[in-house]
Amino acid sequence: MSAVRCIDLCKTYRQGDVDIKALDHLTVEIEKGEFVCLMSPSGGGKTTLLNAIGGLDIPDSGEVWIAGERIDQMSKGELADLRLANIGFVFQAYNLIPVLTAQENVEFVMQVQGVSSAERRNKSFAILEEVGLKGLEGRRPAEMSGGQQQRVAVARAIVSRPELVLADEPTANLDSKTSTELMELFTELNEHHNTTFVIATHDQRVQAYAKRLVRMLDGRIVDDVEQHAA
Amino acid sequence: MRMFFVLSRLAWRYLWRNHRRTIVMLSAIAVGTWAMIFMTALTRGMVDQMIVDGISVIPGHVQIHDPEYLDDPSVNNRVAFSDTEIAARFSDAGFTAWASRVRVPAVVTSERESRGVTLLGIDPAAEKSFSFVDYDNVDGRFLEGPDDKGIVLGAKLAETLETRVGKRVVLMSQDPDNEIADRGFRVVGLFHAEMEATEESYTFVGKHTAQNMLRIGDTVTEVVFLGDDYRDVEPVYNKVVGLVDDSVRVSRWTEVDTYLGTMMGMMDGFMLIWVIVIFLALSFGLVNTLVMAVFERIREIGLMLALGMKPSSILGQILIESMMLLAVGLVIGDFLAWATIKPLESGIDISVVAKGMEMFGAASVLYPNLDINDVILSNVVVMILGFFASLSPAWRASRYEPVEAITKV
Ligand SMILES: Nc1ncnc2c1ncn2[C@@H]1O[C@H](COP(=O)(O)OP(=O)(O)OP(=O)(O)O)[C@@H](O)[C@H]1O
Ligand SMILES: [Mg+2]
Repeated sequence: MSAVRCIDLCKTYRQGDVDIKALDHLTVEIEKGEFVCLMSPSGGGKTTLLNAIGGLDIPDSGEVWIAGERIDQMSKGELADLRLANIGFVFQAYNLIPVLTAQENVEFVMQVQGVSSAERRNKSFAILEEVGLKGLEGRRPAEMSGGQQQRVAVARAIVSRPELVLADEPTANLDSKTSTELMELFTELNEHHNTTFVIATHDQRVQAYAKRLVRMLDGRIVDDVEQHAA
Repeated sequence: MRMFFVLSRLAWRYLWRNHRRTIVMLSAIAVGTWAMIFMTALTRGMVDQMIVDGISVIPGHVQIHDPEYLDDPSVNNRVAFSDTEIAARFSDAGFTAWASRVRVPAVVTSERESRGVTLLGIDPAAEKSFSFVDYDNVDGRFLEGPDDKGIVLGAKLAETLETRVGKRVVLMSQDPDNEIADRGFRVVGLFHAEMEATEESYTFVGKHTAQNMLRIGDTVTEVVFLGDDYRDVEPVYNKVVGLVDDSVRVSRWTEVDTYLGTMMGMMDGFMLIWVIVIFLALSFGLVNTLVMAVFERIREIGLMLALGMKPSSILGQILIESMMLLAVGLVIGDFLAWATIKPLESGIDISVVAKGMEMFGAASVLYPNLDINDVILSNVVVMILGFFASLSPAWRASRYEPVEAITKV
């Protein structure tokens, strides 16, 4: 059973008079425990694909299966439950709830899941330390740099150990030392907990950690290669 | 419950993100609430006063008459048992106050004028508690006992009759055989009442003097009882019913004076309408505030949905936010109302406008009445209506697409 399976996905956006095929008969299968890097020039369809996999956006046609369940026909409520229980997200543009502190943002998903407050506290403190934000737990997003906010988002995505992590440009805004640390953390989760990672990125350093590189262009997959860790 | 806590915290934080808007809205709610309660307290004070004055004109929360008396208040329809028997039954029964009276229509004639009046033959000692008239504010003197041979008129009536203390008047009525019953009295006092109508229509003489004049021996036409609260006369009513038989009719004051009884019932309806009217004005602001609060938060709502929060929780979050706003506003408004009404409870002099109000039976000093039930009612109504007014913006918020959050700014 694949962790992610997309069959013949199409998604067309209309911009003015032109139709843009963000996904063009795209088929891809990702096994549990894979570490996949999605690459394309800007506008290649990476975000659109991640949204389809995460059940945030329903494709015009085609099927999306997550862990053996078809999700493109699920109700909003079912999709919400699926995301809450199985998927960790790092979004490209907008990630944190501005009225909550870093720690509260990290705890947000666990809180909705119903994790006890003691456990939440322990986990959120530990993960914030791992992403290098020890001491900033009480800051609100507006009081942190872009890179720090990005790390809070990553911490939130992985703190409850989801089976699948979908990350859109997780290393944007990060210096090379921090992005390396982050990728080490991802790799460790991938190897020790068999977490599946699908990461959209332009970043060469991220690509170096991937075990599978999928290149996209205009909504299609143009190259799909296994590679061994550097 | 856990979710409620999560949502409440979010709602509270969002409420204070835009201080200025929240404070403006809070002030509006607080002022609206204040207006609701303040106006209601004034109106209730006025109606209470009318009722209290009204009851003191037909004094007694509970009354006993002959079954025919209310339709035909004549000397023929007297209470079936003697005044001595009445005293024996009620004196030691533990009533706050009670009195028996002779009350019949009569004509009073001075040297110049005649007027129809209600003759009251009373025992002044028993009447003290009934605050019929202000006994301390009598020109001349009030009656001194049931055998007093003098008569006390209203100041206004004396003016009409062109008589005064020390002069004589003739009182004329009928005895049980329909024979003329009359008697001359010396005017010993002139009483003052809140309302001119009272001064014009009531004249007091001693109970025994009235019984002699009307040739009715040891009988009376009514027995009246006071309870602790005119709004709840049932305890007194039940007690009186237990002490008499079918030969007399026991009535609550609302049955004796249906106008005042209806008035009291209408007050509650008026109160509700007033609360709703103010709320409607407030609800525009409230809904607008919520719509704005939701609109500037589309992306955050989308993000929460994307992370797996249920649409119903988004709905809940906005509703809680609205309820919090209302609750805080109500508390402030309640406090304002309390703080402004308390100092006025000793009475507001409205004599400037009182002449015009008298036709409604209102007095010239207004005592605002802050009734806890009115406060509760207005708060509950605002919360309930506020809940429904918030449903639409909250529901719209819960319908947002999560993807809107993560697509770029
Ligand atoms: N909501 C939308 N409305 C219209 N067009 C859209 C929308 N979302 C995406 N597109 C278009 O679909 C195409 C694919 O977009 P997508 O965001 O998936 O690209 P991407 O690979 O994530 O790009 P980037 O690297 O810049 O993030 C682009 O041409 C984009 O302009
Ligand atoms: Mg993108």
